[in-house]
Amino acid sequence: MKTIYLAIPLVCLFGAIVAGLFGKKIGRTGAHTVTIGGVAIAFLLSLVVYNDVRNGNTFNGALYNWAVSGGVTMQIGFLIDQLSATMMVIVTFVSLMVHIYTIGYMHEDPGYQRFFSYISLFTFAMLMLVMSNNFLQLFFGWEAVGLVSYLLIGFWYEKDTAIFANMKAFLVNRVGDFGFLLGIAAVLYLFNSLDYATVFAAAESHSEATVTSPFGEWSWITVICLLLFVGAMGKSAQVPLHVWLPDSMEGPTPISALIHAATMVTAGIFLVARMSPLFELSETALSFVLVTGATTAFFMALIGLVQNDIKRVVAYSTLSQLGYMTVALGVSAYEVAIFHLGTHAFFKALLFLGAGSVIIAMHHEQDMRKMGGLRALMPITYATMFIGSLALAGIPPFAGFFSKDAIIESVHFSGLWGAGYAYIAVLLGVFLTAFYSFRLLFMTFHGNNRADEHTRLHLDESPKVVTWPLILLAIPSICAGFIFFGPVINGSYFGEAILVKPEHDVVAALANVYQGKEGFGLFLAAVGHGIFAWPFWLAIGGIVFAWYCYCKNLALPGKIAAAFGPLTRIVENKYGIDQLYQKLFAGGSLVLGKFFHRYADAGLIDGVLVNGSAKTVGFISRSIRGVQTGRTFDYAFAMIFGVVVLISVFVWGV
Amino acid sequence: MENNLLSILIWLPILAGVLILGTGGDSRAPLARKLALGFSIGIFVLSIPLYTGFDSSTAAMQFVEKASWITSFNIWYSLGVDGISMPLILLTTALTVIVIIAGWQVITERVAQYMAAFLIMEGIMIGVFASLDAVLFYVFWEAMLIPMFLIIGIWGGPNRIYATIKFFLYTLLGSLLMLVAFLYLYNKSAGSFSILDYHDLKLGLKPQILIFFAFFAAFAVKVPMFPVHTWLPDAHVEAPTGGSVILAAIMLKMGGYGFIRFNMPITPDASHELAWLMATLSLIAVVYIALVALVQTDMKKLIAYSSISHMGFVTLGLFVFNSQGVEGAMMQMISHGFISGALFLCVGVLYDRLHSREIKSYGGVATPMPIFAAFFVLFAMANSGLPGTSGFVGEFLVIMGAFASNPWYAIIAALTLIFGAAYTLWMVKRVIYGKVEHDNVATLEDVNSREIIMLAILAAMVLVVGIWPNPILDVMHTTVDNLLQHTAISKLP
Repeated sequence: MKTIYLAIPLVCLFGAIVAGLFGKKIGRTGAHTVTIGGVAIAFLLSLVVYNDVRNGNTFNGALYNWAVSGGVTMQIGFLIDQLSATMMVIVTFVSLMVHIYTIGYMHEDPGYQRFFSYISLFTFAMLMLVMSNNFLQLFFGWEAVGLVSYLLIGFWYEKDTAIFANMKAFLVNRVGDFGFLLGIAAVLYLFNSLDYATVFAAAESHSEATVTSPFGEWSWITVICLLLFVGAMGKSAQVPLHVWLPDSMEGPTPISALIHAATMVTAGIFLVARMSPLFELSETALSFVLVTGATTAFFMALIGLVQNDIKRVVAYSTLSQLGYMTVALGVSAYEVAIFHLGTHAFFKALLFLGAGSVIIAMHHEQDMRKMGGLRALMPITYATMFIGSLALAGIPPFAGFFSKDAIIESVHFSGLWGAGYAYIAVLLGVFLTAFYSFRLLFMTFHGNNRADEHTRLHLDESPKVVTWPLILLAIPSICAGFIFFGPVINGSYFGEAILVKPEHDVVAALANVYQGKEGFGLFLAAVGHGIFAWPFWLAIGGIVFAWYCYCKNLALPGKIAAAFGPLTRIVENKYGIDQLYQKLFAGGSLVLGKFFHRYADAGLIDGVLVNGSAKTVGFISRSIRGVQTGRTFDYAFAMIFGVVVLISVFVWGV
Repeated sequence: MENNLLSILIWLPILAGVLILGTGGDSRAPLARKLALGFSIGIFVLSIPLYTGFDSSTAAMQFVEKASWITSFNIWYSLGVDGISMPLILLTTALTVIVIIAGWQVITERVAQYMAAFLIMEGIMIGVFASLDAVLFYVFWEAMLIPMFLIIGIWGGPNRIYATIKFFLYTLLGSLLMLVAFLYLYNKSAGSFSILDYHDLKLGLKPQILIFFAFFAAFAVKVPMFPVHTWLPDAHVEAPTGGSVILAAIMLKMGGYGFIRFNMPITPDASHELAWLMATLSLIAVVYIALVALVQTDMKKLIAYSSISHMGFVTLGLFVFNSQGVEGAMMQMISHGFISGALFLCVGVLYDRLHSREIKSYGGVATPMPIFAAFFVLFAMANSGLPGTSGFVGEFLVIMGAFASNPWYAIIAALTLIFGAAYTLWMVKRVIYGKVEHDNVATLEDVNSREIIMLAILAAMVLVVGIWPNPILDVMHTTVDNLLQHTAISKLP
């Protein structure tokens, strides 16, 4: 099996290298054949591994020693268990769909081969991240996916907004990684190892260790968890490090689906789930995670209401859904978080690719105010996006219903500090989610076509390489929720991979609700339970309200926006966070840099000390040089003067 | 040959340099180029047995040679390498090949002298790393200035005279104090110039501190540490590309090497006493210099400031006194050799075409020069410390080591993740990406095969060391452990 584990990332890397270095020689067909072939093999092998793991064969072993220093062996190796196998299947499946879709989406682009090379490289990096058995390799994969994200957001490197967005994404992620790296340093300091198994085994025995800081006495485990979570906040775009994700929409749509919705941005969720043995030891850290997630879930959903760019609506919805997953992590429902990660990967990739299909048809127009009435012209795109929106809104029996309902119920059962706030946030979020999802759907596909004459004439359904991935993603968006609901909540799915303390085990409480039911009985019970609960009616309310606003009474949204004038502006300005960062951090660094350069480096050190001492030496030597006139008379006079002085000294003993 | 390999590595380049000087005027430039390339490759190949024949289980000096030189003062021609100097010698022989290739077409005047200067400098630099006698070390140390002085002064830019004099005075002032320290130690040790003898010399705290500062003056200037760093940006800006590469890749490492070979083992108590100062200056370099780098408008100045910022990790790693710190410092020195060398070569590639180093003269270079852009982005990422590149290894280990010593050091040092990426990627954004704004940029020719070769070699090194640094770390462990044990023992009488 070890060969198979190794082959999975390496086939993707191979495809990336071939398409990247020899793209010109092998041509477009060659490039997409080799990369799609690689990812397809990776997907099939991931299924083999997944099946093997379901049969109980987990693996934890090293490939090679990356470095040995100070008695610590830092390795590159794999940990294959229920968690990583699940992630591998999700990553390779979505990646495969996106690869195929790209043939259609990018077919006119001169950077075709480069694009395929990047997305295969991304798949490699993401696989290394999820398959890692240690903190170091996790960080490797972590930064490598960040690199590819940087390259892909800036894929159209002549576009100013794109190359601003990619730098912003990289730097904001680096702020997160700053915390992450210090977290790794703290792990190494406390446990003297970077190996998951070693660290997790020793975690309990170090739970009493504390560190004294200017901010009081802290448990080391809390410090470690908070630092690692800062990394997760960067990658998974949690408030206040969320600013890069909406801007990342400047990249081509396939990567928005793959990287900025389905896989990379969920790395932070994966990280916390993987670290469950550490987070379980710190309720402070869990509360912090919970409150951060709830804030992201609600406040980002609000921004989603006022966006008119089709991709940005989906982007804010991604932010909000990542908030839901983080909330689940905060209440120790790690399994549920990964469950939602999985269903979300399918329906969000579907929505993004659907949006991309619309964008192709609209000749790269992304403003929904110029769309409308596409339903009849693009039936497959419409149908699949409708399914995706139902799943996102959490309508039973679609996939999102099961995972989101499980999150909300988990929060309900939690007694952690902040759970009350989170419960309200996620409930209100349900209404907002349903509203903006269907706002998108109604504005794009219903009503009158508001496109210009030229675009309208050419409007057509997208080609098969585009629609087939939509259909293939629609299938799990419908059924993945139900299939995995049972195993996830009864705890059998993740087995040993996730550790939860009994007093935090909200999922067990959730399982009690459905005690003894399985199969179709469980399905009926869950759906029955769902439609008599608040979230379902909030979602229905959101959909109906969206229908009323965007199909019936089209003037209403404007009136509401005007009525809430100042509030609307705050939300439209994204709470002013972007401007604040731009002024404070980007501007501040430049001012400081200029100040240091002008006054400290050039002014003080060079001006005063270096050139100053040179000038002083010059001044003294010039003064002394005056004495050396070269005239005998002057020297003779000086000698006589000297002799007189000396004699005086001897005679009077001065 | 085994037992005088170091002598060969020192004198063969110098003799080769003299031979190339003999080819005469520029009419025979092709011969001079070929000879220089042949010799530099040959010397690199000759230096490989230093690694393959190295016994990493001992901290003792290896490949030792000893012959009497000036007997009346007990001065010996004494050579040897350990796990710290050996990798630096290999770095020297490897990068000399690169700079010879880099100067191949670009240098058209006084070709023989140019090539000879680099070969002679190679020999002298190897001499610095291999000397075990203080006087021999001092001779090589000072001799090294001459070829570099000439390289900047002859093939340099318009403001080269100011730059060379600043460079020369700065470094000379520092090394004179080092000479004073040697004379003091000579007297204290009852007439020995052996560096290894000094390691076992008992010294009071006050003399230790004075000696520490005397050495500090020499090495801090070379590293360069804040606040004696201002010569470096000027020197880099005026130096020809090859000069910048050697300056950044090898000569700066002499400072770090000096701290390891002299300050730490000779004055361990003073080193511990002053560790806070070294760490503070290092952290100032990491943060303050990074901010200064951010506002540079000249690419070479930006990379020069970036060098200073990265070298802050070397001095920080050394003075946290643990294996991860010291080994991280070594890795940082080696990696910085590749990365800064590569970045200076990249700027050289652009400068050769447009004769401007100003960031605003470029923009959109990726469009006419896609292959070059790929290299540039790779090296920029390495400069930002991306895992998988060599730039990560040293910074990672130093941050790990610093955390164990004082978490605040690690916190401040880790800011480089943000600032290092900020100044590097902002430069990439303005130079490589964007629309082509200038007509002369639109017609730029992509890198030719000579340029691809030199950049590809460095790219391979950056990636190999990043993916698998262990082979380099392996040869250091014993030496570093020995050094740390040594510095842990007080030498107060």
